[in-house]
Amino acid sequence: MQQPLLRMEHISKAFLGVQALNDVSLEVGRGEIHGLLGENGAGKSTLIKILSGAYKPDGGTIEFDGQMVNVGSPQHAQHLGIVTIYQEFTLVPSLSIAENVLIGREPGPAGTLIDWRRMRRETREITDRLGIDLDPMRLVRTLSVAEQQMVEIARALSMKSKLIIMDEPTAALSENEVEQLLQISRDLKKQGISIIFITHHLEEALRVCDRVTILRDGRLVGTEDIGNITLNDIIRMMVGRSVDDLFRRQDGHEAGEIALKVTGLSRKGNARNPTAIFLDNISFGVRRGEILGLAGLVGAGRTELARAIFGADPITSGTVEVDGKPVKIHSPRDAIRLGIGLVPEDRKQQALFLALAVRENMSIASLPKLLRWGVFVRERAEQEMVAQYRGNLNISMSGPDQRVRNLSGGNQQKVVLARWLALSPRVLIVDEPTRGIDVAAKAEVHQLMDEMARNGIAIIMISSELPEILGMSDRIITLRNGRLTGEFTREEATEERLMQVMALEQQSIVS
Amino acid sequence: MSEASLTRTKAPARQFSVIDFVGRFAPLIFLIALVIVFGVQQPRFLSSLNLFNVMRQISITGLISIGMTFVILTSGIDLSVGSLLALSGLICAAVAKGGTENTLSLSTAEEVGYGVTLAALTAMAVGTAGGMVQGLAITQLGVPPFVVTLGGLSIFRGMALLFSNGGPISGFNEQFRFWGQEKVMDQVPVPVIVFIVFAVLAHIVLRYTRYGRHVYAVGGNPEAARLSGLNVNLILVSVYTIVGFFSGLAGFVLAARLNSAEAVAGQGYELDVIASVVIGGTSLFGGEGGIPGTVIGAMLIGVLKNGLVLMNVSSYTQQIVIGVIIVLAVAFDRFIKSKRRA
Repeated sequence: MQQPLLRMEHISKAFLGVQALNDVSLEVGRGEIHGLLGENGAGKSTLIKILSGAYKPDGGTIEFDGQMVNVGSPQHAQHLGIVTIYQEFTLVPSLSIAENVLIGREPGPAGTLIDWRRMRRETREITDRLGIDLDPMRLVRTLSVAEQQMVEIARALSMKSKLIIMDEPTAALSENEVEQLLQISRDLKKQGISIIFITHHLEEALRVCDRVTILRDGRLVGTEDIGNITLNDIIRMMVGRSVDDLFRRQDGHEAGEIALKVTGLSRKGNARNPTAIFLDNISFGVRRGEILGLAGLVGAGRTELARAIFGADPITSGTVEVDGKPVKIHSPRDAIRLGIGLVPEDRKQQALFLALAVRENMSIASLPKLLRWGVFVRERAEQEMVAQYRGNLNISMSGPDQRVRNLSGGNQQKVVLARWLALSPRVLIVDEPTRGIDVAAKAEVHQLMDEMARNGIAIIMISSELPEILGMSDRIITLRNGRLTGEFTREEATEERLMQVMALEQQSIVS
Repeated sequence: MSEASLTRTKAPARQFSVIDFVGRFAPLIFLIALVIVFGVQQPRFLSSLNLFNVMRQISITGLISIGMTFVILTSGIDLSVGSLLALSGLICAAVAKGGTENTLSLSTAEEVGYGVTLAALTAMAVGTAGGMVQGLAITQLGVPPFVVTLGGLSIFRGMALLFSNGGPISGFNEQFRFWGQEKVMDQVPVPVIVFIVFAVLAHIVLRYTRYGRHVYAVGGNPEAARLSGLNVNLILVSVYTIVGFFSGLAGFVLAARLNSAEAVAGQGYELDVIASVVIGGTSLFGGEGGIPGTVIGAMLIGVLKNGLVLMNVSSYTQQIVIGVIIVLAVAFDRFIKSKRRA
C-alpha cells in the first residue's frame, strides 16, 4: 500500500481529568473512505476536533500528506486540505449557493468587485462534479437539508480538499437522500479524495467504507478491512462498555395501571419541510411505577415523540389517554394540567432560566400551589419547597437565591427534576436525563428516577447511552426513522440486540 | 456528543466582594456621585426646590419607564410610547373640555366638559387599548416588537394630528390641572407622587406576584417558559398593554401639567424612557433587571440634565454628554457582569 494520506498516532486528550482519548491511532489512505465508529462518548468527536484544529491534543503526532503537521486552527486545517462537515451546517441561509460555496474566495478583480459570471461558472463546475443539478443562484434558505449538505460538500471540494470529514452526514436524511450521498462519496473517492465517515448507521458504513476504525471509551478497539468484518463483529467491538459505575435498577417491579397510552400517533411535515415524517403511527403505553426506556439513534424521532405527547409540537393524528381517559393536549399547559412533565434534552436552552435563582427555577411550574390570594407568591412556602428538595435530591448550592447559572450540570438537572416533582406528576418524560453531567451526579439522578418510579410515577426515559437504557428500564421500545421498530423486556434486552434494531434496516437484522 | 462531559467545580460559598457590590449598585453609586459633584459645584442644586423640580421633570417619562421595564424584561421594545402619550392626552383633553376647540376660557370648560375622573380614565383606556393592539400584532402576526411599535409610533402620531387638526387643546379647570401643577404640603409635586405610587405598585407586582415571575421567565427563556406551562403569548400581550396604560396615564399628567394637550407632545420620549430602563440595569436581552433600577436610571438622566443646566452647559453639549453616559453606563454594567460571572 502506498503512503497513507493521514496518519494520526498515539493521540491522547483529557478534559479536566476526564480522559476523552487514550493513545488512539488512525490511518486513512488516499482515495479511501474510512468509517469511524463507536457509541456516544467513545471519542469520535474529540478525535475529529483534534484533526480539524478545534482542540489541541495532549500527546501524539499527526502526519498529513507526507508532512508532520501541527494543526493549530480550523483555518490551518482548511489550508492543509482537511475540511469537516458537521451536523449543524455553517452555511449562510440568506446567500446564494454560489456565494456560500466560494465564500471568502469570491472571484473578481483585485478582491473588490465580484465577477458573478465566473462565480456561477465555477460553482456549476463543482456541482457538476458532484452530479447534482442546482441553480447556483438559488438561496440556501430554500434548499432541503440534503441539498444544503451537498452545498457543504461542494464548498469543501472548491477548497481543493484532500480529506473530507463527514460527521453523522445521514442523520437528517431520507432513504433516497442517503443513497445519493453514498453515491457521491464513492464518486469523490474515484477522484482521489479521502473521506472519514462518522455514522451510527452501521450498514451504511459497511456499504460505503473501505476500512473502519472502532473506538470505545476513548480507546482504539481496532481497524479492520470491510471485507474481513461483519455487522455483528462491529457491534461486538463497539459495545461492552463497563457498567460498574452505573446505577442498576432492581429487577421484578410490580407495574400498576396504564398511566399513559398513545395510539397511532403521527406527526408529519411542517412549513419548512412539508414532506417530512417525524413520527409514523406510534402506539405504546406506560404503567404506573414503570420506567420505559426509549432508544434510537439521533434523528430517530425520540425527542419528537416526547414533545408531541407533551403538546410542545402539534400532532397530525393519533390519540392519547391518561389514566384510561382520552385527552386532548394542545400545549404544554394542557399536558401539565393532566399531570405530565417533561425534562427536555437541552437543559440550558429548554429548561432553565439561567439568569434567575434556584428558587425561581424550581417553583415556576408549581406557583399556583404557592400563592396567597391567588396573586402573591408565598416566599416562605417557596423557601420550604426549595429546602425540601435540596435535601431530598442532595442539591449542592450556596442558597435558594443562588443563580442557577452557577450550579454544576448535575445540580442544574436536579433543579429541573425538582420542578416536576413538586407537581407530583403522573407521567414524567425525561429526555437524556444525564447528558453532560458527571458520574457521581449521574448515579444520583438514576437513583432518583428509581425512587420516583417506586412512588408510582410512570417514567419514559430517552437516552442515547445504551448502558443507561439497559440499567434503568423495565421495558424498552426502539424507534427508527420515526417508526416503532422493537419492544423488549428487561430480560430480553442486550446492548447488541438494541443496537441491531436501532441501527439496521429491518431486513438485515440477524438474530 | 457528551465526550467533554466535564466535572465542574462547585460554586464557592457566597462572600462579600467589591465587584459584586459595585455590580449590583452601579447605577445608584453613579447617581450619588453625580449628586455630590453637582452639589459641590453648585450649592443651588441641592435645594429641596430644585431636587423636587428634578423629580417633577422625570415623572412623566418615569411613568412610562415603569411600563417599559415590563416590556424590556421580556426582551421586547416599545417605540410608540411618545405618540401614544400624545393621542391619549388629546382625547383626554377633549373629554375634559367637551370638544376639540381650543379655548383658554375656563368658564366654557366647566360648563360643557366632563369631570377630570372620566377624562383621566379615558386617557388610560386609550393608552391601554393602543398597547394591547400592538401586543396582539406582535404575538398573533409574528411581527417583531421593534417593527410593530415603529409602525405604532407613526400611526398614533398621525391619529393625534388628525384628531386635533394639528392644534393644541388647552385650558383646563382647576381639578384637572391639580394632577400636573399642584404641590402637596407645598413641597411635593403631584406628578412625583403619582410616579412613586405606581413605581411601588409595579415593583410589588414584578417582585412578589406570580405574574411578575412569569414576566421574568418569559424574558429569560421563552422556550423554557412554554415548556413549564406558561401562556407566553398572553404574557407578551400583557406587557405591551401595561406600557400602553402608562403612556396614557402620562398623557393625562402631561396635559394637566402644561394645561394643554397637543399632537406633537412626547416626541422623542421613547429615547429617554428606554435609556432610563437600560441605564437602570435591565437587560435588553430580557429576564434581568427591575423597577428600582429603572427609577434610578430615570433620576440619573434627570439629575444630569438639571445639573448641566445649572452649570451653564449648553443644551447642545448636554445631549452629547447624556449620549456618552448612556453608552458608558451600559458598557460598565456589561464589564462588571462579565467579571461577576467569571
